Amino acid sequence: MATANPTLRGAGPTVGSRSFFSKLKEGDEIARLLTFVFAASVVLITLLLVYELWVNSVLPRQKFGLSFFVTQVWDPVADQYGALPFVYGTLVTSAVALLLAVPLGIGASIFLAELAPPRVSDILQFFIDLLAAVPSVIYGLLGIFIVVPLMRTVIYPALNKPLGFLPIFKGPSYGVGFLTAGIVLAIMVIPYIISVSREVLLSVPRDQREAALALGSTRWESTWKVVVPFARTGIMGSIFLALARALGETMAVTMVIGNTPKISASLFAPGYSIAAVIANEFTEATGDLYLQALIGLGLVLFLLTFILNGLARLLIIVTTQKGSKVAN
Amino acid sequence: MKRAAMLLSAVLALGVLVWAQNPLLINGAGATFPNPIYSKWFDVYHQKNANTQFNYQPVGSGAGIRQVTDGTVDFGATDGPMSDDQLKAYQDKRGSAILHFPTVLGAVVPTYNVPGVTTSLNFTPEALAGIFLGKITKWNDPAIAGANKGVSLPAQDIVVVHRSDGSGTTYIWTDYLCKVSDEWKSKVNKSTSVNWPVGLGGKGNEGVTGLVKQTPDAIGYVELIYAVQNNIPFGTVKNSSGSFVKADLASVTAAAAGAAKDMPADFRVSITNAAGKTAYPISSFTWLLIPAKIQDAGKRDAIKGFLKWMLTDGQSYNEPLSYAKLPKEVAEKELKAISQVQ
Amino acid sequence: MGARLRWRKFVSNFMLTMTGVCAVVSVIALFLILGYLVFNGGTSVNWNFFTKLPTPVGETGGGMANAIVGSAKLLLTASLFGVPIGFLGGIYLAEFSGSTVASIVRYSADLLNGVPSIVVGIFAYSLVVLPFKHFSTLAGAFALGLMMIPITLRSTEEFLGAVPRMLREGAMALGASKWKTISTVIVPAAYRGILTAILLALARVAGETAPLLFTAFGNRFWSKGWGQPTASLPVMIFTYAVSPYEDWHRQAWAAGLVLLGLILIINILARTILSRGIAVPRG
Repeated sequence: MATANPTLRGAGPTVGSRSFFSKLKEGDEIARLLTFVFAASVVLITLLLVYELWVNSVLPRQKFGLSFFVTQVWDPVADQYGALPFVYGTLVTSAVALLLAVPLGIGASIFLAELAPPRVSDILQFFIDLLAAVPSVIYGLLGIFIVVPLMRTVIYPALNKPLGFLPIFKGPSYGVGFLTAGIVLAIMVIPYIISVSREVLLSVPRDQREAALALGSTRWESTWKVVVPFARTGIMGSIFLALARALGETMAVTMVIGNTPKISASLFAPGYSIAAVIANEFTEATGDLYLQALIGLGLVLFLLTFILNGLARLLIIVTTQKGSKVAN
Repeated sequence: MKRAAMLLSAVLALGVLVWAQNPLLINGAGATFPNPIYSKWFDVYHQKNANTQFNYQPVGSGAGIRQVTDGTVDFGATDGPMSDDQLKAYQDKRGSAILHFPTVLGAVVPTYNVPGVTTSLNFTPEALAGIFLGKITKWNDPAIAGANKGVSLPAQDIVVVHRSDGSGTTYIWTDYLCKVSDEWKSKVNKSTSVNWPVGLGGKGNEGVTGLVKQTPDAIGYVELIYAVQNNIPFGTVKNSSGSFVKADLASVTAAAAGAAKDMPADFRVSITNAAGKTAYPISSFTWLLIPAKIQDAGKRDAIKGFLKWMLTDGQSYNEPLSYAKLPKEVAEKELKAISQVQ
Repeated sequence: MGARLRWRKFVSNFMLTMTGVCAVVSVIALFLILGYLVFNGGTSVNWNFFTKLPTPVGETGGGMANAIVGSAKLLLTASLFGVPIGFLGGIYLAEFSGSTVASIVRYSADLLNGVPSIVVGIFAYSLVVLPFKHFSTLAGAFALGLMMIPITLRSTEEFLGAVPRMLREGAMALGASKWKTISTVIVPAAYRGILTAILLALARVAGETAPLLFTAFGNRFWSKGWGQPTASLPVMIFTYAVSPYEDWHRQAWAAGLVLLGLILIINILARTILSRGIAVPRG
């Protein structure tokens, strides 16, 4: 996002010919260096991680090359590995999770920031923050005990009977599957969207709202057309956080997705995701090619995140009007 | 700020406070299946030897093998014996051999959820292989019905459930199927993690149990202890002598008794489909992996002492926890083998 | 004219009610989870739970005292590692950097955030466990701290950037140096949002199991100092929940409850301690 005050950047009491050391004495240069080091370390750590993943997945790269991305077979005994079913499952479950969590999350954050009395808003926020602390194992267990039966007895009949002709709602349901995993993921990522969006909405200056209301807009219009766009980048940031969490979630997904490396159009079918298969098989993987194939999957997820983030940012830039805040 | 500092120092003090005396900490990692009995053993042993702490974490057989090969733990544990390649890898990495010590016996049983069926179903090896290969698709298939005369089986599709995580349980199950079905052996083979022809994957024993319980017409496989502790119905399996045997302590021990005679010196043996009229065919040992060379004298003595205790007094704790005891001959052979740990 | 206004008013009321519905649905999820935990594990949260070490199955009276302390140590150390990096890095992005550098750092943070927790654990294993040949609390804290960095960094940058121009210009006009402006005016103005983000990051890593399996490992006994394997609540929950024993299941639920309680306490403490003396008008 562009800085709000480019003219003030670097402006100190005087400019011109000042040596590095005199600037240093004033503390600004130290501050700049120090904070730079920390920011750079983030990039370094990420690079190191990618390097480790790359180096430790050399065997499957040598053996399969690019076909690793499009093979559908995952056979540890025959040592044949392909990433496609896992990529598909990761994308589908994350998409479902965001489709459910983003409207709910933004709606709830608007309520908490604009409508609820401050006390109520703070207390509810406490509780929603707790949702982020629930261990993923417990989400998984609750998924098995609550969401899976719900899927089989309520959700599946409700969707399949009227809409069963659509490919995404076709076929039988075992309770576990893409949709179940998506629902559990949605619950897991909602706190991030609500928490961050609410804070961003709260930080929108009061005069923005008042100006809109003064011009005769309804409460909703001032919120949706003025406040929310003002907070747009923060809200998008929260969606990025949610997406990242959904892509990388391991424990909960593996308990409710059915763990079947197959590609199916139906949301009710069982599937598999990258993080889930790594969590399932890593600890027991014997044999170097097997182990490295799993690490290779981790690298594929990295690539996926890279591409998705890039696409999303592109989308933001394209849909943002000239003159208003631009992401990046 | 002051308050924050006080809070910080309080927590740090708590961390330092537990800096008590200096007991010897020995770390082990491996199979989840024997975790209950291991935790019991290590607890009892610690009470007898207050200065020795055995810290065992059930992270999985494969992880156990890897950790002990990396040298990050002092011993490992596995439901499936290490392969020759893995033994060689250990030798190359650590410069000495690694020894297998069977500890307890366990069994894997077929569990199912067929509406209307309350009795124990009988399964032939052909039926099990056919179901898990996806060849036998309905419950009232003659291969199943033939062994269950008098039981009314529905004409419904079988929902197969297997393990999604790599596990020793899967190893034992697939090892058995390899022995009874050539088609299974060539198509799928045996491992802790295989490419299943059909079915849903449940994570862990509880994942499989959960799926089977909640899905009508489902069949899956779990460890015996699991089925017993959770009151899940499980079936009998026809053994190599032709009798349908239900898994219990006696039938599992019977499976191992035959193995004692031909036990190889390194104790790596598979006892699935063992001979014997009362033997349960899907049984297995589980092993502790002990390095043959242990540098630290304190750790070495502690480990040797534990092994001795485990093979004698320790075995009396097995049965209350639904684990079968080692046959006497096997235990005796192991006691002699302890001297190989140096 | 009147009809159009009525319609807009209707839409306004309807949409605002919908947002309330969204909030209610979100909170219902939480209460369902809490209810389940309390129902299944409430009875196991007793004095023993907080003071005793774990016992083998079948023996009553065991607890998770070492796991509670272990989790506290892990979270504390992880914060000491992850928060400064994220916070100071965020300051750099918001106050000092050019836009290309900012994009790169931001992108890296988002990528890091998307790494599955188990891969972070594997990474930490190869970096901190393998070279030293043993598991440790430090290794676990390192893995968790890594996971805290992205949220902290992005949110710090976000909220610092949202501080109104007037505050910055005012400080500059009074002759304050850049750093002074940042530390005495801008950061305090944005502290609420930043604190929220840090607590969110903490909450998230508090419940993570996979990274700890290969770093902090686990421990049935007390863990001395920072160099030994340590028990932690999420790992205990995982180990107990997948066992076949009803008693251990109940303890797993109880541990989940205690973990949430721990996070709630940290939240409350952090907000009250750090809010003294800092008053920022809302909106």
